[in-house]
Amino acid sequence: MTQTLIQTTVKCEHCGESCTHREIRIAEKIFCCEGCKSVYQILNESGLCDYYVLNSNPGISKKTKVRPDKFAYLDNPQIAASLIYFRNEKQVHVLFYLPQIHCSSCLWLLEHISVLNPGILSSQVNFPRKEITLVFNPERTTLRKVAETLTEIGYEPYISLQNLESKKRKSFDKSRIYKLGVAGFCLGNIMLLSFPEYFSMNGYIEEELSGFFRYLNLGLSLPTFFYSGSEFFLAAWKGLKNRFLNIDIPIALALIITFGRSVFEVLTGTGSGYFDSLSGIIFFMLVGRILQDRTYQAISFDRDYTSYFPIAVTTLVDKDEVSVRLPDIKTGDIMLIHDGELIPADGILSKGEARIDYSFITGESNHIHKQTGELLYAGGKQTGGNIEIIVSKEVAQSYLTDLWNKHQFKKFEDKHTSFVHVVSKYFTLILFGIALVTAIYWYKTNPANIMPSVTAILIVACPCALLLSSSFTYGNVLRIMSRSGLYLRSAEVLEGMIQADTLVFDKTGTLTMQDENEVVFHGEPLTSVESQAVALLVSQSQHPLSLSVKKYLNRIPTGVLHGFQSITGQGILGKVDGDIVKAGSRRFVLGDEETEEIVPTVHLSINGQYKGCFSIKNRYREGVIRMIQRLKERYSIVVLSGDNDGERQSLIEKLGEEPTYLFYQKPEDKLNYIYSLQQKGKRVMMIGDGLNDAGALKQSEVGISVSEKINNFTPASDAVLEAGSLSRLLDFIRFAGSGKRVILISFVISIFYNIVGLSYAVQGTLSPLIAAILMPASSISIVLITYGLSTMEGLRLKFFGKM
Amino acid sequence: MSVIVILLAASLSIAGFFLLAYLWSVKNGQFDDDYSPAVRILFENEALPGKRDNHDKESPIEVSPTEGTPNLKN
Repeated sequence: MTQTLIQTTVKCEHCGESCTHREIRIAEKIFCCEGCKSVYQILNESGLCDYYVLNSNPGISKKTKVRPDKFAYLDNPQIAASLIYFRNEKQVHVLFYLPQIHCSSCLWLLEHISVLNPGILSSQVNFPRKEITLVFNPERTTLRKVAETLTEIGYEPYISLQNLESKKRKSFDKSRIYKLGVAGFCLGNIMLLSFPEYFSMNGYIEEELSGFFRYLNLGLSLPTFFYSGSEFFLAAWKGLKNRFLNIDIPIALALIITFGRSVFEVLTGTGSGYFDSLSGIIFFMLVGRILQDRTYQAISFDRDYTSYFPIAVTTLVDKDEVSVRLPDIKTGDIMLIHDGELIPADGILSKGEARIDYSFITGESNHIHKQTGELLYAGGKQTGGNIEIIVSKEVAQSYLTDLWNKHQFKKFEDKHTSFVHVVSKYFTLILFGIALVTAIYWYKTNPANIMPSVTAILIVACPCALLLSSSFTYGNVLRIMSRSGLYLRSAEVLEGMIQADTLVFDKTGTLTMQDENEVVFHGEPLTSVESQAVALLVSQSQHPLSLSVKKYLNRIPTGVLHGFQSITGQGILGKVDGDIVKAGSRRFVLGDEETEEIVPTVHLSINGQYKGCFSIKNRYREGVIRMIQRLKERYSIVVLSGDNDGERQSLIEKLGEEPTYLFYQKPEDKLNYIYSLQQKGKRVMMIGDGLNDAGALKQSEVGISVSEKINNFTPASDAVLEAGSLSRLLDFIRFAGSGKRVILISFVISIFYNIVGLSYAVQGTLSPLIAAILMPASSISIVLITYGLSTMEGLRLKFFGKM
Repeated sequence: MSVIVILLAASLSIAGFFLLAYLWSVKNGQFDDDYSPAVRILFENEALPGKRDNHDKESPIEVSPTEGTPNLKN
């Protein structure tokens, strides 16, 4: 029998989460937890309640408490120095990364933060980067207090080991933007200066003036060609060096020939040259490249373990707590790890009860229990009380660091050869064929026409239309996908998505929710009094199973508990209203022989009478099961899990027999499995979430990491997918496919333009005017067509694609 | 004819001025944050308790946040 509880749908005034009860309130306003209430109080007292006026429920849930002295390490001047980028006696400038920033209310509150901490002189938010620049007076406040002020109102700064290692911020490469500006400037002026030439038939324009205009055009084309166009020459050179005929080679060739012939014409006074076509092509291609390579400032695809590690750790020196920078930890130091903190270095547990959550590292979802004297590997998160660890290996040699570095052998070249390059190869070959035939024809009839016609062919038929259509389409596809929750590293990933034939899913944290479990009670339904008693008992324990049961019961524990006992590794017991309530393992509750239970189970007895058990299972993300059932028809599916095979049966029930299920997979096993699939000629798309998938994500053709919040840590991958959009994976793949179709359609259209242009070129009658009309006409119409078609497909993704 | 040359020189230098202005504004980071300036201008500037005057003696020194700042991401 399963119990269902009626859910109330009151939203927390602060963070908008649904409140399960209405006991925490100030006047009319209801809060989900004490944390949210206290933020409201702070803001209310300081007159900052506009925060709630600008947006409804803008706050950040404060359910997880932050340890009061968490930022003590910022008092250490060495650590503080790595965050501060400017200081004198009067002012300190510091930059924090606040992943919680999400709306205009955040902006408003953070820029009024000086009300809460008068030592802060000014604050400015960079919204897309989710960063805040703070200036404070070191005489009136400290870095630690500033961090604590932010934390108090829910914006806890994210400070990781990475802050120590690199002081330089990888800023967005602006050189293309400059190039675009220069190209735009030159294009506009060249077009203007070409008009007199085009519109005055021979003789109407003064001779010197026309010469002056031509030289001016030549001068203006120099920065376009040498500065703005350098992009394409470099790419072409790279292609040549790697003996790979990419699309940039014919483009660079066309640019050089156009420029060379134009300069020749101007210098010899035989014509006006094709300067406007030249700068127009460069301008439009640059626009396309910028659109295609747009970056998501708040997302990083190259995170490594350093952004997962803390910047400092508390160590015990003669019973005093001292904050030490992580790289300075030495073998033999004693680290104090608090609840919810990461173990940064391998060590031996010397004090406390370790319950380590290794799910991020190994994929194992059950917490691992360790006794004093046992070895703890780095990377796990302690849950429960504080523990002390004697460091046995320094951070640089720890298990996690090792695991990470092992994957560095990974090749760095592009994983995919874009079909655009393949098409352009044939295009170039055909083009050279036409040029050759034309040259032979004119050689026999009128050799003077060879040079003009051959250069004209190469000028007019440059594959820039192909480049334009692909870069504009892909740029638009990336943009539309990012709105639906899939952020791709680059356009090449799209082609990998189209080609993939095998989908590999990680289970823990990818198919299942990270922090939510499905609790099922087996046995007679509990009465209200009994539930109350159990809730009171389990609320005393920080064990993850207790927390799950507590959440399932969904009651505020009230009443008096006597004689609470917690027996490590067994269970808990206590007396409520004279009833002895026992919860824990089978042996603890029933006195039976210990049987290995694959699914974590909490047995329950009241006054010695067995009431039943709570079994705690992974909860699958919404829609994921249906998605895999649909994907099954087209792809071979593999579920890889670092977890035990307790879920195998329920997975087979849900997904059927066809997918391959593999359990107990270590990170290396996952990588090797992907590799073996690739050896069989499969093209693999891997969807994972944790560090344990990092190697597999890198090895596969497309590695997508799933994240509940896109600002959370995600292992290096080709794409980041919001967890809520996971069930729409098939739609994304289809959309990528339709993007390719759009490119092909526009390519066919561009061939039509090419035929028109070529028909002039082969006759040697391509005038600059025709080129000047044909070039923008083809570019603009192709941009419009690709943009329109891909946006239409995008609407389908948005409205009809929902499963 | 000389008139046209003068006009051309004038138009090119004006266009060049705008090009420089554009390059400067990109370099200065004015296009980095396309969200907050638009929102910031809509905030009411009413006096908040404890909110200090903008014309403070300790007005912050201009240090461009785009250069030399620590990396807080990736």
